[in-house]
Amino acid sequence: MQGKRQLIKGNEALGLGAIAGGCDCFFGYPITPQNEVPELLSWAMPRWNRVFLQAESEVSSINMIYGAASAGMRAMTSSSSPGISLMMEGLSYIAGAELPCLVVNVMRGGPGLGSITPSQGDYFQACKGGGHGDYHNLVFAPWNVQEMFSFPAMAFDFADKYRNPAMILADGVLGQMMEPAIIPEDFPPIEKPAKPWATNGRNGRNCQNVINSLVIDPYELNDHCKKIQAKYKQAAKECKWDTRYVEDADVLVVAYGIAARLALSGCKLARKKGVKAGLFRPITLFPYPSEPLRDVAKGKARILVVELSSGQMVEDVRLAMNGALPVEFYGEMGGVLPSPSEVRDKIIEVLG
Amino acid sequence: MITQATAQPVVEEGYECTFDRPESLKDKQFHYCPGCSHGIYHRLIAEMVDEFGLLDRTVGICPVGCSVFAYRYFEFDMIEASHGRAPAVATGVKRNRPDLFVFTYQGDGDLAAIGTAEIIHAAARGERMTVFFVNNGIFGMTGGQMAPTSLPGQKTTTSPAGRDVGRTGQPLKICELLSTLDGVAYLARVPLTSPKNINVARRYMRNAIRAQLDDVGFALVEALTACPVQWGMTPVKAVQYIDSTVVNMFPPGEIVNRLPAKKD
Repeated sequence: MQGKRQLIKGNEALGLGAIAGGCDCFFGYPITPQNEVPELLSWAMPRWNRVFLQAESEVSSINMIYGAASAGMRAMTSSSSPGISLMMEGLSYIAGAELPCLVVNVMRGGPGLGSITPSQGDYFQACKGGGHGDYHNLVFAPWNVQEMFSFPAMAFDFADKYRNPAMILADGVLGQMMEPAIIPEDFPPIEKPAKPWATNGRNGRNCQNVINSLVIDPYELNDHCKKIQAKYKQAAKECKWDTRYVEDADVLVVAYGIAARLALSGCKLARKKGVKAGLFRPITLFPYPSEPLRDVAKGKARILVVELSSGQMVEDVRLAMNGALPVEFYGEMGGVLPSPSEVRDKIIEVLG
Repeated sequence: MITQATAQPVVEEGYECTFDRPESLKDKQFHYCPGCSHGIYHRLIAEMVDEFGLLDRTVGICPVGCSVFAYRYFEFDMIEASHGRAPAVATGVKRNRPDLFVFTYQGDGDLAAIGTAEIIHAAARGERMTVFFVNNGIFGMTGGQMAPTSLPGQKTTTSPAGRDVGRTGQPLKICELLSTLDGVAYLARVPLTSPKNINVARRYMRNAIRAQLDDVGFALVEALTACPVQWGMTPVKAVQYIDSTVVNMFPPGEIVNRLPAKKD
C-alpha cells in the first residue's frame, strides 16, 4: 500500500480507512471507547466531500444509515456495545430490506452499562443475528491498527456484493491503542458498484423502486428468507482466516481480535518451554471459517479457545470440530486481559 | 361489488376529461376502510408531486401503521421505514441527495408516540424534508388502542372507560410543540373533512413543499383525519365529529410560516 508509516490510534485509523473505502456518509452518537471515530470523521468527511452528521441517538443513527443505504450510498456508523444493542431493530430491517452498510462495534464490557474497558462479549450479538428474525451480519475482526485501517474497504465491498449489513467487531484495546500503520495521505474517490435498485429518484427510470422488509404473504416471506440464507452460503466461500506456527503444533489456539494478539504471545512463550503451540485466527467471524479450521486442526492434540468473554466463539469452534478434537476454553471478562504467560500456562495445562 | 378502475379512462368523442387520477398515483384500489382519510391524503400528495413536476426526483418514506403499504399506491421511489423512524430515514436520504424531494408520511402513533425523538430532532436540525402527518387520534392498524393524540374521555381498546387524563396526561399537540424550534419553516393543521378544507390542505401542502424546495427548512402539515371503524362511527358521523370536537383540541390553521413572501 502506498502511504506514510505513522503512529496512529486504532479508532482514527478506522475512520480514515472508512474514507479510503469510499464511505459516503457517517451517522453516529457518542459512546466510549469509540469516540475518536466520529471526532475524526467530523472534520475529515467534509474535507473529502462526504457527509457527517451526529444523530440524536443510536436508534436514529442506524435509521439514517437505512435511508442513506436505500439511496445507494456507502453508509457507516460506529458505536460500542450498549449503543449497538439499540441498533438491533434497525439492523434487522437493513438485513431484511437487503441493504449494504457498515456498522463498527468497538466492544466494551457488559452486560448493561458494564464498563468502558475492552471486551469480546458481543460475539453472539454480532454473529448470530442480534436483532429479530433470521439474518446475520457479515462480521470482520481486525487484530491490529493496520487492519483497523484496511478492513472498512473490505467490509464495504462484501456488504455491497451481498446486499447485507457488514460489521467490524473491534474492542476497546484496538480502538484506543496506538501502533505504526501505513496510511495514504490522500483519499481520492474510488469506483463503486452500480446500484440500480436504489431509491434515489426515478430520474428517467420507467418504474418505481421500493426499499422494504415487509413481506406479508407467508410463502413469499419464506422464499425471501431462503434467498437471504442462500447469500450466506455463498459468502461462506469467501471466509477469511490467518495462521501462525500451526504446521508442527500440538495445541491449536483459536482466538480473534486482540485476544489473538495475546494468544500469539502465549504460543511463543509456550514454545520456549518446549510445548508446540500455534494460532488459528478467524478474520471473518460470520461466515465462520469452519472448514479451514477443521483442515488446520487435523493431527493436533488439543484446541484451546481464548476470548475476552465467558465463551462465545468457542461454540462455533465446537460446532466446526463436531467432537473431532477436545476443545478447551480460557477467558476473562469485564475488561480483564489475560497476560501472555497466563495463556502459556493454560496451553501447557490443556496439553496435560 | 367493488370493481377495479380501468387504467385508461374512456372519454367519449365531444367530451373532455376534467378530473382524473394524478400521474403519480397508481391505478390501484386502496386497502383502507370505508370513510378512512388516507385515500384523500394520498391523492393530494400525488397531485402535489405532479403539480411541482417532481415524479422523477421524489423519495417518499412510509411508516408503520395503516399506511404501511403506502408505497403500493405511488409511482415514485419509496422506502418503508421502521415504526417512528421515518424522519431519520429521510435525513439519511436528504443529507446525501439534497437534489431530491423527500417526504415522510406518518400517523400519530408513529410520529407522536414511538417516533417523538426523531421528529423533534429532525425539526430542530431544520432538515429539508416535508412531513405529511396523519392525526386520527388512535392506533388504527393494531385495533384501536389509545394514542398520545386521543382526546380526553375518548374510548379506545386500551382506555375502555375513556381516556383518563389524570393517569395518561393530555394529548400531545405536535404542531404547537414543534413551533418552538428555529429549524422549522412551516407548520399547519387542517381537517380533511370537506371539499373546502381539502382545498385549504392543498394550499398548506404546497407551502410545505416550497419550504423544502426553496431550502427554507423543516415543514409539516398535520391532517386531522377520520377512523370511522376504530371510532365506532359511520363515515359521515366521523367527519362531523372532527369538525365539532377534534378541532377544539387541535385548532386548524397555519402555526408557523417562515416562507419568504411570494414575489408575484
